[in-house]
Amino acid sequence: MENLDKVIVTAFGALAIVLTYWFFLMKRGREVAVSDSVDITVNGGYSPEVISIPQGKTTKINFFRTDPTDCLSEVVLGDFKIRKELPLNQKVTVEVTPQRRGEFPYSCGMGMYHGKIVVR
Amino acid sequence: MEKKIFQIKGMHCASCVRVIENALKNTPGVSEANVNLATETATVTFDPKTVSDEKLFSSVANVGYQAYVKEQAVSEDAEEAEKKKNLADLKRRVVFSLSLAALIILGSFPGLENLAPGFLKNIWVQLILATPVQFWAGLPFYKATIPAFRHRTANMDTLIAIGTTAAYGYSVLVTVFPQIVESVGIAPMPYFDVSALVIGLILLGRYFEARAKAGTSEAIKKLIGLQAKTARVVRDGKEIDLPIDQVVIGDMIRVRPGEKIPVDGEILEGDSSVDESMVTGESIPGDKTSGDTVIGSTINKTGTFTYKATKVGSETMLAQIIKLVQEAQGSKAPIQRLADLISAYFVPIVIILAILTFVIWFDFGPVPAFLFALLNAVAVLIIACPCAMGLATPTAIMVGTGKGAEHGILIKDAESLETAHKVKVVVFDKTGTLTVGKPVVTDVVSVKGEGGRGENILQIAASLEKGSEHSLAEAIVSKADEEKVKLEKVDKFKAIPGHGVEGFIDKKRVVLGNQRLMEREKIDITHARPGLVSLEEEGKTVMILAVDGKLVGLIAVMDTLKESAKEGIEALRKMKIEVVMITGDNQRTAKAIGGQLGIDRILAEVLPDQKEAEVRKLQNEGKMVAMVGDGINDAPALAAADVGIAMGTGTDVAIEAADITLINKDLRSVAAAITLSKKTMRTIKLNLVWAFGYNVVLIPVAMGVLYPFFGLLLSPIFASAAMALSSVSVVSNSLLLKRVKI
Repeated sequence: MENLDKVIVTAFGALAIVLTYWFFLMKRGREVAVSDSVDITVNGGYSPEVISIPQGKTTKINFFRTDPTDCLSEVVLGDFKIRKELPLNQKVTVEVTPQRRGEFPYSCGMGMYHGKIVVR
Repeated sequence: MEKKIFQIKGMHCASCVRVIENALKNTPGVSEANVNLATETATVTFDPKTVSDEKLFSSVANVGYQAYVKEQAVSEDAEEAEKKKNLADLKRRVVFSLSLAALIILGSFPGLENLAPGFLKNIWVQLILATPVQFWAGLPFYKATIPAFRHRTANMDTLIAIGTTAAYGYSVLVTVFPQIVESVGIAPMPYFDVSALVIGLILLGRYFEARAKAGTSEAIKKLIGLQAKTARVVRDGKEIDLPIDQVVIGDMIRVRPGEKIPVDGEILEGDSSVDESMVTGESIPGDKTSGDTVIGSTINKTGTFTYKATKVGSETMLAQIIKLVQEAQGSKAPIQRLADLISAYFVPIVIILAILTFVIWFDFGPVPAFLFALLNAVAVLIIACPCAMGLATPTAIMVGTGKGAEHGILIKDAESLETAHKVKVVVFDKTGTLTVGKPVVTDVVSVKGEGGRGENILQIAASLEKGSEHSLAEAIVSKADEEKVKLEKVDKFKAIPGHGVEGFIDKKRVVLGNQRLMEREKIDITHARPGLVSLEEEGKTVMILAVDGKLVGLIAVMDTLKESAKEGIEALRKMKIEVVMITGDNQRTAKAIGGQLGIDRILAEVLPDQKEAEVRKLQNEGKMVAMVGDGINDAPALAAADVGIAMGTGTDVAIEAADITLINKDLRSVAAAITLSKKTMRTIKLNLVWAFGYNVVLIPVAMGVLYPFFGLLLSPIFASAAMALSSVSVVSNSLLLKRVKI
């Protein structure tokens, strides 16, 4: 009986590990192509999380935070030298003019939430 | 066509979006309308001649919503107010949760429970006390976890929410259905003290962290606070006080003693002494008179003057400094990459480790295995601290760049700050960097009497140099001015870069320049050499004048060394950094100046376009090289160096080729910038070692690796205390940088 408990707990544990891995680490963010401006809602992460923007052109990114989590109160676009406070329920616009192609991640102030800017 | 964004009030769903879009599109003059539900905005492209803002608002109102114009820029005050509000809310939650947790502990902790009133020992009372802590004080953890789950993301709050919910949930089970746990041989003991105290302690840590974090951006706040609010502008002969944003370029502004100079400009009338320390870090007030530049937000000390505004708004020096510092604080240091990579995977890995801990303890742990498994898994979730890793680098960069700005050292980005600490060689350009850049004529020597008296030599040289823009030419012309020498007409003037000048006076071919020019012209200077050598040994730059292929005289010019040059170089030598001087001067002159300053290595007779190559040669020796120059003539060399350091000029602070700009124009700041970089990097490394070490050591301890050897386990309560301390200590360590002397 006791051994059966162990088998069940082990099996559930293994399943939980696989599920955790799949749920958090195997997600694929849908890429949204943007030309002039994009609205990103900040609520438990960034929506849309992955945006693609054109090279050499200025794109306005409008962040709008509805999530009170302290972590998300700042957004950092390190490659573009931008660190901005995102006050709750207010639109904050940042402008980026990428000079080279590639993938440029952005994150919250503590690096917990992530998004990506793909320059094409 | 004009494009505007309006705020919209009253939207609830996607159909509202369609209704408003249609209403706007049907308004004559509107070509395009896009409504965004998330941001509650409408972006409208319209012809302002046909349709006004008000007409658009009424179109929106007609379908039952409200449109209005909202200030887009978020004011600093609003940000501050929100931060204060959040901090006050956090404080309420801390006091509430810790007070109730204390009562629960009093009623449940072995030893203490004898002191507690009887009702506190009742587990139903403990349930009543723990519930609001879990769901009101701990609400921020759930609020962060649930939307994050929707994005398949997890953060610090996820761990706390899972951990405390597990402890609280089990305790509720034990309280409501004790028979279930009893049936599997476990004593029905709740853990409300764990869930409540963990929440209280983590919130307390977060409160201290938020307060400390506010201190990291103090320098930029101070800079923003320097901005003047009003200006006394003279318009139509009357003095009127205007808000600063209404001042335009060309406005005449009057400033009285003790007042703040509102914007950048040029003095038209009057003189005074101005304290610029708050903006440039230059400690001694400077005298200003008609024609001089004044910097906005600095303090006028003694006199009254009128000046013309030359830069306003975002163009002022202070606005540029603020922008530069903000950009630096937003940039990422290369050292942060590893922390970023780890933090992206950290939380899911901790959840996996917690599950693993539960299974291992359940399968192999002592009796009651379930309780060991539960408490240890909770401890793993609680002790993990990804925040400390995320905070380690940016907080130090923010304090470091802010500290630099306070001292007149502007650092372009975090990468420059990181690179500067590895610098082993500092190359100084001589003219304008080590010297004031305003040379004066010290000797006029006639050779063999062919040019007549010294005055004639000056006359010929000054006439020729009149057309040149070189700083040495300026010295000769102003000497001639001073001595009221009449200048002659010059034909076919030509400047030969790195050599000198040539032209025709009275149909005679005149050349003036260095020895290289004489060699090129095949002019014999043998008999002038002893005089020339002795002048050069005094550190003077000697120019040779020849008329129709014959040597006629020498003119020696000397530049004054900057007051801070000697101390600045000494400071670098003390740091065991090799100092190199690069100059177009010949070896002897360069050596004489180098000797006065105690410079190790001199690169003389370097033409302006060779400076970059010299910097690269030094880099090829395997050393990290910093180049200090004026940022204009030395731009290629500054860009080629590992760290380009430019001396500030006028009111332009953002020198493109430079990684660091010294707006205080003080050469001691070169050593100060390197020291600041070293101290900042030391802080970052310490933070990272602490943040990584903490997790690497304590997560296995929480998993119970020490139990088989020492019987040691980590209670979730201690785990929460350690976790709360962890991020606070990282931020506090960064704040210590403020006290560092540079």
